[in-house]
Amino acid sequence: MSAAATQTGAPIRAKRVLPGFTLSLGTTLLYLTLIVLIPVIALILKGAEIGPARFWQIVSSPRAVAAFQITLTAAVIATVLNAVYGLLMAWVLVRYDFPGKRLLDALMDVPFALPTAVAGLSLTALFSANGWFGSVLHPAGFPVVYTIWGIALAMAFTSVPFVVRTVQPVLEDMDPALEQAAVTLGARPWAIFARVVFPAILPAWLAGCTTAFARSLGEFGAIVFIAGNLPFQTEIAALLAFIRLEEFDYNGAAAIALVLLGFALALLLVSNLLQTWASRYREASR
Amino acid sequence: MTAPVVIHAPGQSRRGERMLIAIAVVLTLFFVAAPLAYIFVRAFSEGWRVYAANILHPMTLHAIWLTTITAIIVVPLNVAFGIAAAWAVAKHRFPGRGILVTIIEIPFSISPIIAGICYLLLYGRQGLLGPWLQANDLQVMFALPGIVLVTMFVTAPFVAREVLPLMQAQGSEQEQAAVTLGANGWQIFTRVTLPNIRWALLYGAVLCTARAVGEFGGVSVVSGNVRGQTNTLPLHVELLFNDLNAVGAFAAASTLTLIAILALFVKALLEGRRTR
Repeated sequence: MSAAATQTGAPIRAKRVLPGFTLSLGTTLLYLTLIVLIPVIALILKGAEIGPARFWQIVSSPRAVAAFQITLTAAVIATVLNAVYGLLMAWVLVRYDFPGKRLLDALMDVPFALPTAVAGLSLTALFSANGWFGSVLHPAGFPVVYTIWGIALAMAFTSVPFVVRTVQPVLEDMDPALEQAAVTLGARPWAIFARVVFPAILPAWLAGCTTAFARSLGEFGAIVFIAGNLPFQTEIAALLAFIRLEEFDYNGAAAIALVLLGFALALLLVSNLLQTWASRYREASR
Repeated sequence: MTAPVVIHAPGQSRRGERMLIAIAVVLTLFFVAAPLAYIFVRAFSEGWRVYAANILHPMTLHAIWLTTITAIIVVPLNVAFGIAAAWAVAKHRFPGRGILVTIIEIPFSISPIIAGICYLLLYGRQGLLGPWLQANDLQVMFALPGIVLVTMFVTAPFVAREVLPLMQAQGSEQEQAAVTLGANGWQIFTRVTLPNIRWALLYGAVLCTARAVGEFGGVSVVSGNVRGQTNTLPLHVELLFNDLNAVGAFAAASTLTLIAILALFVKALLEGRRTR
């Protein structure tokens, strides 16, 4: 009876049936407009007010250029480290069984859950001359604290879960038949990984690395502790914007913030495109 | 061939497996577990009494209080927003849905420092609304409202991104059935939808709490760092560190670490349930 009713009646359209559309969409739009959009627009308006000539003067000043260079270099180092370490973690957590695996998996969430300032504080103390690691590395002539390596380390710590948690579900979903077929065809383990597994996880891996890179460019809390914050040496772009604010140079802060915002939005776009590619790949390999 | 195909050839690759596991475990112990353990090692390095004195210091207590108040205001608002956004996007079709989802995710990719600067340019003395706020004697920046607002910005996607995929996966047949049985909107939500999403909702709220409590960059822009007034717990950690009071900084940090560990524990408990 009910089947007949559905067949004869018009197809059910969720929009018409379920209540609360106006209320829920209205609340969502109000919240997003007040909390997210208007403040971001305020920044963009401030950037427009500065004017292109002055804007360029600010962002191309030697100190700003040095800050952007340091930020980008450290973020690249951090992302390369995480690309390898994150992939290894995802692989080990999905493919192998060993005692303590669940704990290892839980530890991968620590960088997300731990406040960045706390992470920065702890890493700084660990790597300073009298810390656990620093007392070994300092005499060896590799001081991590107050160098670009310290910045990269802080960035890597705060962004590694992005790579692990993006690659993990794709590896879990992979059809084992693909690899089994490769085995029956006589492929060596390394060849199987390079030719069968890696192409399948490539989009997700790249998407995770992009997000980790974006996060590294914007990281602040963990870095201010470990960097030493010397202009031209270990001063990151986000900190320079912060210093300009403290000097009441709002134009200077807004210009640098706008450059970082541009990077963030561009990387968000790239990551979204990669995710779309990844989900298409996932459906195909299922 | 009846025997199941083994993915990895025995012998040689077993050794490879052990090596990969060993590398992963060692790296994680050094770079994730050690920083976590070191916080407590340093916090208690001068004994329980010094630790207790550090935590019970009036400035630290005030910072804990301010951070708690911020979370108490932000988390329920964020939960309401997350539910509204998920309900609108998952249960209805309208043009611009994809764009709306992207906008919800935006705070996730914007550095908190930039968020703080945005708010300062809007509500600060030289900001767009500055003159109006001053004329009406309203203080947003360098006060609790600024801290709350920037924390709302930073945490905006947390509940929505947990609840939305689940609502989408569950579809709306059950709600449609409830409509045909004569239920009103509130009844449908509390009796049908809410029981289906409660674990994801709780999980999102826990993540949101952890993030709200630990927010540093954005808050450091809008708070003005006034000791005993607008100093949240993460800012207090930095202040003590700059005062060269490392043990005090680690003691304050240990409270934040406990909250983080608690959040991870709740996550582990909910892991199996929330996708059900």
